[in-house]
Amino acid sequence: MSQVVGINFKKSSIDALVAGFLALILFGPIVGVLLDGYEFDAEFGRVAWMVAVVVVGRFVMSCFFQTEKGVAMSFKYANHDEGAKVLSPGHKSKMVWIIPLVIVVGLLVPFIASKYVLTVVILGLIYVLLGLGLNIVVGLAGLLDLGFVGFYAIGAYGLALGYENLGLGFWSMLPIAAILAAFAGAILGFPVLRMHGDYLAIVTLGFGEIIRLILTNWASFTHGPNGISAPLPTLFGLEFKRRSKDGDTFHEFFNLPYDSAYKYMFIYLVLFAVVWAVLFVKHRLVKMPIGRAWEALREDEIACRSLGLNHVLVKLSAFMLGASTGGLAGVFFATYQGFVNPSSFTFFESALILAIVVLGGMGSTLGVVIAAFCLTVLPEVLREFAEYRVLMFGILMVVMMIWKPRGIVRVTRTGFAARKGVVK
Amino acid sequence: MDIVLQQLVNGLTLGSVYGLIAIGYTMVYGIIGMINFAHGDVYMVSAYITAIAIALLTFFGIESFPIIIIGTLFLTVAVTGAYGWVIERIAYRPLRNSSRLSVLISAIGMSLILQNYVQLSQGANQQGVPTLLTGAIRFTVGDGFVQITYMKLLILFISLLGMGVLTYVIQKTKLGRMCRATQQDRKMASILGIDTDKVISTVFVIGAMMAALAGVLITLDYGAFDFYVGFIIGIKAFTAAVLGGIGSLPGAMLGGLILGLSEALFAGLISSDYKDVFSFSLLVLILIVRPSGLLGKPEVEKV
Repeated sequence: MSQVVGINFKKSSIDALVAGFLALILFGPIVGVLLDGYEFDAEFGRVAWMVAVVVVGRFVMSCFFQTEKGVAMSFKYANHDEGAKVLSPGHKSKMVWIIPLVIVVGLLVPFIASKYVLTVVILGLIYVLLGLGLNIVVGLAGLLDLGFVGFYAIGAYGLALGYENLGLGFWSMLPIAAILAAFAGAILGFPVLRMHGDYLAIVTLGFGEIIRLILTNWASFTHGPNGISAPLPTLFGLEFKRRSKDGDTFHEFFNLPYDSAYKYMFIYLVLFAVVWAVLFVKHRLVKMPIGRAWEALREDEIACRSLGLNHVLVKLSAFMLGASTGGLAGVFFATYQGFVNPSSFTFFESALILAIVVLGGMGSTLGVVIAAFCLTVLPEVLREFAEYRVLMFGILMVVMMIWKPRGIVRVTRTGFAARKGVVK
Repeated sequence: MDIVLQQLVNGLTLGSVYGLIAIGYTMVYGIIGMINFAHGDVYMVSAYITAIAIALLTFFGIESFPIIIIGTLFLTVAVTGAYGWVIERIAYRPLRNSSRLSVLISAIGMSLILQNYVQLSQGANQQGVPTLLTGAIRFTVGDGFVQITYMKLLILFISLLGMGVLTYVIQKTKLGRMCRATQQDRKMASILGIDTDKVISTVFVIGAMMAALAGVLITLDYGAFDFYVGFIIGIKAFTAAVLGGIGSLPGAMLGGLILGLSEALFAGLISSDYKDVFSFSLLVLILIVRPSGLLGKPEVEKV
């Protein structure tokens, strides 16, 4: 046989036909028969084109994986395990130039952007914060937390309820909410962190749902599904309302005309500062022994325990730090919306934050920031495809896991050079 | 007293259905050690197919109840089984050698895909099926009475039948022997000539079929469903699987019954608002106190 690489079209056709037949079985009832009360409307056109797409797609795929390139690709995906990319010891990061630029641009945003753009960017930054928090837990420590939204809810409700019951404002609740969320993380984490990864995922999922159900059902305290209003931040006691019961408002003090965009500008600037602070802390933590311990534990728990790492404490620290970041994000979310209700804290939200972390590259800070903006800003831009959003997230998650399980931005780390005079 | 008895009856039927769904979790976990997060949504798909099958059968003028129920069961189980196979083929098989985290994330992605796919094609509104079987047996107990509807009896009968057939298949047939061998040691089984990929696919299909049985029964009993029903019932069935000892087939059935009974009693006697909180707390508690469950073997981690 001289034919080394050739496409077996017969095999591809059979593959395509089988796929088409399966697609017919799958899509036939669900897509083709639209329920309408106890009757139905037949929508066979939709089925026909979906099956056609599957047949053609399968045929093209089958042909492609028989070419030389396809074989190489499938081999690569079957054996992928790219770890962190190690840079040479003397590597100078370009970030030194990029970071000041981003900060300057970021500080200019509230003054040039319209109010609508500003609200979208604030939402994006809140998700950056959430992504960074979950990234510590999932990306660095390798603990799959599906109830992250619970900590987010604790932060948001902390602000709203703290204001209503204790009269605490934004600035006092910001640290308190972070501490509260960290405590909730510790209470949940301490017993469950001994468990094996998948169980942890389900327990945290249960925890997130318990928080949501309590928020919904304990109406006398949380006002149930109706929600509760949250206060705005103040600038040294100056409020951002049109008029204030006590003291001056912001625009009166500075003799400016009232504009509702001021409060968003202020929230943006505070949030921007907090995001940078979290980025800085996280950047440093990763290089500290605790950060190394997280990653080591993620890669091989048994080896770490045999080397004497206290795995529960190491995991707990990651869990609490992640939770407190989630709490911070919750406070910002509440003050940005001015109102919180339990429907903002469903499992879908947890899945969205997880998608941010997975997509960005687990453990990669830059990746998480990019992914958070993509996943929050894109749905705003592509309004007409809004209903396909969840579908897209799901497909992205599956495809990313098969194609690039380490995310779009790979973790990099600077290598160490052997000191001069050391015997090799 | 009558409330307790009534809730025991409700709990028994609910529990047998949880058991059916838990079988899917426990078998998949036993064979490849992953939580099939999309299993609850497979159940949800089967609920839709049930309604569609009933609508189709009545459209073709079939009125007799036994034919409708048998036709619906057959159609739903077959189509849902195909869903199970395809889900495994697309989302899990390419990840056979990846880390557990990747597989779990892929499963979550699959769950979102299924939910949104059904929502997009059938609409977000709640759907329903007509009541096909009416009537009940009533017992007088003290001042009140206990009511067992014929539907509940049917649920109990079909789910016990399903579990019985499955137990026979796993214990006595060649396919079952292959499943058990793969569960014990996948590498060794493949050396001995078992196509383990095929066995894993079969397990997914069996799990989906059991979920489909549950889907038909619950949908006929409750009458209403939407694209989000899979989530809560999925977690509860998972709780049942863990309670009984994940990986153990009788454990899943036992766990389902215990969970169903305790949940029904909690809802009847204490608070029905917090019954989901109760189930989730139970799950957390079991995992903390006895993660190997009632009938499971403790897991030993090896290097």
